[in-house]
Amino acid sequence: MTEPQHGDGPHSPGPSLYPIGFAAGIACILVGLIISPKVVVPIGVVIAVVSGFFWARSATKEFRGESVGAIEPESGGPRESAAAPAVPADRGESAMAEPQTGERFPRSRFLEGATLGLGGVIGGLVTVPAIGFMIVPAFKGQGYPKVDLGPLENFTEGQWFVTKFFMHPDAGEVSHRTAYIRNNGALNGEPSFTIISNRCAHLGCPVQPNGPVQDNKTKDLEGKNGQRITMIPAIPAGGYGCPCHGGQYDVEGNRVAGPPVRALDRYEFAVVDGHLVLGKPYSVSHVKGEGKDALIYKYKLTGPGQHVDGWEQILYPLQPPH
Amino acid sequence: MATTTRTKKSARRRQLEAAINYPIDWLEERSGLVGALKYFLFRKVPGDTGWWHTLGSATLTAFLVQALTGVILAMYYKPDPQNAYQSIQHITNDLTLGWLVRGMHKWGASVFIILMFFHMARVFLFGAYKYPRELNWIIGVTLLAVGMLEGFTGYLLPWDQTAYWATVVGINLNGTAPFLGPFLADFLRGGGEIGTETLARFYSLHMLLIPGLIFALIGLHLYLVIRLGVSSPPWSREAAGSDYDDEPATNGRRGLTQPAARSGWRRNGGDG
Repeated sequence: MTEPQHGDGPHSPGPSLYPIGFAAGIACILVGLIISPKVVVPIGVVIAVVSGFFWARSATKEFRGESVGAIEPESGGPRESAAAPAVPADRGESAMAEPQTGERFPRSRFLEGATLGLGGVIGGLVTVPAIGFMIVPAFKGQGYPKVDLGPLENFTEGQWFVTKFFMHPDAGEVSHRTAYIRNNGALNGEPSFTIISNRCAHLGCPVQPNGPVQDNKTKDLEGKNGQRITMIPAIPAGGYGCPCHGGQYDVEGNRVAGPPVRALDRYEFAVVDGHLVLGKPYSVSHVKGEGKDALIYKYKLTGPGQHVDGWEQILYPLQPPH
Repeated sequence: MATTTRTKKSARRRQLEAAINYPIDWLEERSGLVGALKYFLFRKVPGDTGWWHTLGSATLTAFLVQALTGVILAMYYKPDPQNAYQSIQHITNDLTLGWLVRGMHKWGASVFIILMFFHMARVFLFGAYKYPRELNWIIGVTLLAVGMLEGFTGYLLPWDQTAYWATVVGINLNGTAPFLGPFLADFLRGGGEIGTETLARFYSLHMLLIPGLIFALIGLHLYLVIRLGVSSPPWSREAAGSDYDDEPATNGRRGLTQPAARSGWRRNGGDG
């Protein structure tokens, strides 16, 4: 194998210093624009124009019919003259030594491996952090903030409220969430609330109360940090229904019909300074009993459509950190 | 007299041809691109190919329309939750011809998917996926899947109620895949909940990552089409390998395993 050689004819146009002069002139203009437009720029213009003129003249010599001086072809590199054909690398005076028998790792093989290996290392150094940046942030620093839903007195005992709030008020509408909240009254002297997420346990559409929603009694509350809470009294006598694929739940969130795989998720809560504060959501397989006496089968928060009990739970052994 | 005029004319024509050919030759000498283009455009195909064989290039055209209109829409679209919906209203209602380009992108998406299915049906019914073209079928199926992913990620971008809830359902659907599903869902959302990250994420997937993948796969797909040639329709009388009809065939794929059999309908010479 030999490199293809360019023709033996002279290169045209030949080498010339004028382009360098032209470039210097342009550079002079650019520098002059910053330093002193009145003095340096004209000098640059003169240099550029003069060099440009001579450059154009020399470049068009051939076309204007002037004789072009014979230019020596570039030398350097292995000259392929007709006299001597190329000497293969493994022959001649400076021949590469034939690999000894038993030499299992010749240098060419080493260089090949080194090129591939180094290339791989460089490629890895670039792509691994990039892919990590793409994937890891989705799993870190997640979690649910505590949301202050206002004073306890707003939640009339025994009354359901469609409660809308912002999970992250600064993120805007995209963090709007809805929960169905009922004050169950005191249980062993402690306040008891049922707080059901409206996220359908089928594929995450918003479930709606099966019963009248008293829009005319809507209460709007302003919270801290731009939090806005909307409370609408409702009577979900028929439980909840999902508009997307028809999943039906009873008033405690147990699945009664349709595709959902478990009961509706719920939120933990706390009472802080007389305010109801929403905690982390969790998943529920089913609920026995009602109101403050309900027995809730509680599981770690799991995505919609994923089983938390029954044999199917082996399909979802791990949940991303939330 | 007439002879002189003709000579003059043809001399001028020769000059003109030389002037036209000069840049083409210049490019060819330095890159070989002209020859490659000729090889691509003027390759031999079976004599009885017909309209059915144009579905592939129709699909390609649909994709190029998507790429072009998408690039232009990206100049006006704002992928953040506060502005996305407004910017699309702006494109549709205010900007000159915005309604047209957005419409082309929206309807063209369906056209692209439908044409992919038609193209696939043609290949299936003609048996064109058989040896030696199985690999191209596999690439095609990958293209179909990636094309659907393009549809899924693009559907969120209008950021209206339909877009939002369809994406909620779509992501949760992915989440129900066994074992890794929950992690896939979090990856798609950019977190545990659809939030500010999700829209920009889908936008990036929709207009950079997935189209890049599609371009690469189309390149492979076309490379294999050129390398293996276009298959004859099943009713073809000059079907590949028919030169060997008078010899007892050792197996069904005999004709294609022997390069000589291809030379009848493939480009002669070249690297074939």
